[in-house]
Amino acid sequence: MAKTLFDKIWDNHVVNTVEGGTAVLYIDRHFIHEVTSPQAFDGLASRNIPVFRTAQTIATADHNVPTQNQHLPISEPLSKFQVDKLIENCDKYGVSLYGLGHPYQGIVHVIGPELGITQPGMTIVCGDSHTSTHGAFGCIAFGIGTSQVEQVLASQCLLQLKPKQMRINVEGTLHQGVTAKDVILYIISKLTTSGGTGYFVEYAGSTIRNLSMEGRMTICNMSIEMGAKGGLIAPDEKTFDYVNGKKYAPKDAAFDQAVSYWKTLPTDEDASFDVEFTFQASDIMPMVTYGTNPGMGMGVRQSIPEPLDPANRNSFDKSLSYMGLHAGESLLGKEIQHVFIGSCTNSRMEDLRLVADYVKGKQKAPHVKAMIVPGSKQVEAQVISEGLDLVFKEAGFDFREPGCSACLGMNEDKIPANEYCVSTSNRNFEGRQGPGARTILTSPLMAAAAAINGKIIDVSLD
Amino acid sequence: MEKFTLLQSTAVPLPIEDIDTDQIIPARFLKATTREGFGDNLFRDWRYHPDGSQKSDFILNNPIYKGAILVAGRNFGCGSSREHAAWAIADYGFKAVVSSFFADIFKGNALNNGLLPVTVSDSFLNKIFEAIENDSNAVLEINLEKQSISISNSSEVEYFEMDPYKKICLLNGYDDIDFLLSQKAIISTFEENNRYPFNPIN
Repeated sequence: MAKTLFDKIWDNHVVNTVEGGTAVLYIDRHFIHEVTSPQAFDGLASRNIPVFRTAQTIATADHNVPTQNQHLPISEPLSKFQVDKLIENCDKYGVSLYGLGHPYQGIVHVIGPELGITQPGMTIVCGDSHTSTHGAFGCIAFGIGTSQVEQVLASQCLLQLKPKQMRINVEGTLHQGVTAKDVILYIISKLTTSGGTGYFVEYAGSTIRNLSMEGRMTICNMSIEMGAKGGLIAPDEKTFDYVNGKKYAPKDAAFDQAVSYWKTLPTDEDASFDVEFTFQASDIMPMVTYGTNPGMGMGVRQSIPEPLDPANRNSFDKSLSYMGLHAGESLLGKEIQHVFIGSCTNSRMEDLRLVADYVKGKQKAPHVKAMIVPGSKQVEAQVISEGLDLVFKEAGFDFREPGCSACLGMNEDKIPANEYCVSTSNRNFEGRQGPGARTILTSPLMAAAAAINGKIIDVSLD
Repeated sequence: MEKFTLLQSTAVPLPIEDIDTDQIIPARFLKATTREGFGDNLFRDWRYHPDGSQKSDFILNNPIYKGAILVAGRNFGCGSSREHAAWAIADYGFKAVVSSFFADIFKGNALNNGLLPVTVSDSFLNKIFEAIENDSNAVLEINLEKQSISISNSSEVEYFEMDPYKKICLLNGYDDIDFLLSQKAIISTFEENNRYPFNPIN
């Protein structure tokens, strides 16, 4: 029977099937971090059981770490306690930790791929909803809750019902100034913040195939923002080239053997999906969000629409009132106060090179506070080796150390109430970047342009 | 995990759509390393002013509405995978959440904590909102065995879907982890038979 990429990986990982078709699904890689793991380790302790497969468990500290002076002890006591707890648990249970000060530390979804821990055909989970990022390599990767973190630590398996499957095709050539981030914001604006719920999404089509691995990661990263369990993209030569030579990638004959297996994974030609959508790259403009969920996005030259569903009026009005915006308004020329470039969506080398290329020789607007937070220590080191940190500094940007930072505002990197932040992160929820903060999601290029101009502009016309 | 069989309670209405887990429990309260106490900060920024005083127009601050059932607009619990959201709702005292649509991860997290997510039709959700609006003492009855939800003093009843495995877990108070630990021998055999591509990294 014809199978999808998802079917093939899923079927290879079903250990057992229980009541009602629920599968015992084997997990190849389990990433953990300081915020969603302590209660899971406590659960192991109360049952007096070990971590079942330590070699498949990888830890880092990212959500709750400062992005300045990481060589000093963490000054915020609760954050310090939580990060210390991770160190203590990893030590006690024998889990490898790429913690603060380690040259591989960084945002969990940035370090997995850059270390070659993420490979095609795998099942990957983490107590973080943006685990879908790893799907860019042709993996079943999804976010889980802390009870499930405990289950995977204890058994390397999860109980899962097979989700429905959706394919989203994007075809054609992107306009100048339109990036992977704009593609995914466009898709979510069409399908809404809940349009993918219950589905695992395969992204396909020529536009997706022509994206770099980093662009594909940006696409898969935001699958959860339309409610999807995860998203994946068929592995191809670009994928194999990216993985080849990475620290934990298979080497030599083992790599060749892996590639021949990986080549069997793409969806069979006559495989079917529960639902399928096709979009044209030529319809996609640089995107901005105007509301308080990632589905509330539009092309930068468009005006804020009326709610699609009149029954949604109250929630829609509440959202626009929080943002200080109204239907019919355009965001072109809208003055902004902050720019945040970072997060697991857009903090990789390609993103930062794009930003550096744009801001080189320019100055940020005087009233804008602009922060760039690299995704990992390796990205940070690469930025410095290319001299881009100096480009950022000369343009007036604050170049920080790695972490999740102002994407979720767990550390001190917060946006003040009622101020606008153009952010390359993934969520514009109320208070996400700090109580009362107003987030406008864009691509790194749009964010860089907003920092320089002090307002939102259309980079495709720049 | 606590068993869930039958729940009869008044309900708290929150007719807002797309309520994300950042609203349920903002990230700055995720620094705790235990499961307890998150109820104090449930819907923190909707419930309290920055100075800590209550926002009088938020439903949890209205003494007329109380009970063990939270009734919310569609797509409840979207966004972050933080299980702290389910912990906060349960810690506050809710035993069930009723909506016409739940985000996947939240639903799973709720089920793993004995908090029952009940998915009803949009029209039945509206009937519940109307019933509570007409009488804040209106009682809802949720029967997990029958997979039914009804509005007392009316003939309104609807049947909801439920994963058969999770139903057994809730009715008996079983955790997934107990079951998974019982599978360890099968899991080890699976690993033996599937050496590639599951090789450990170090």
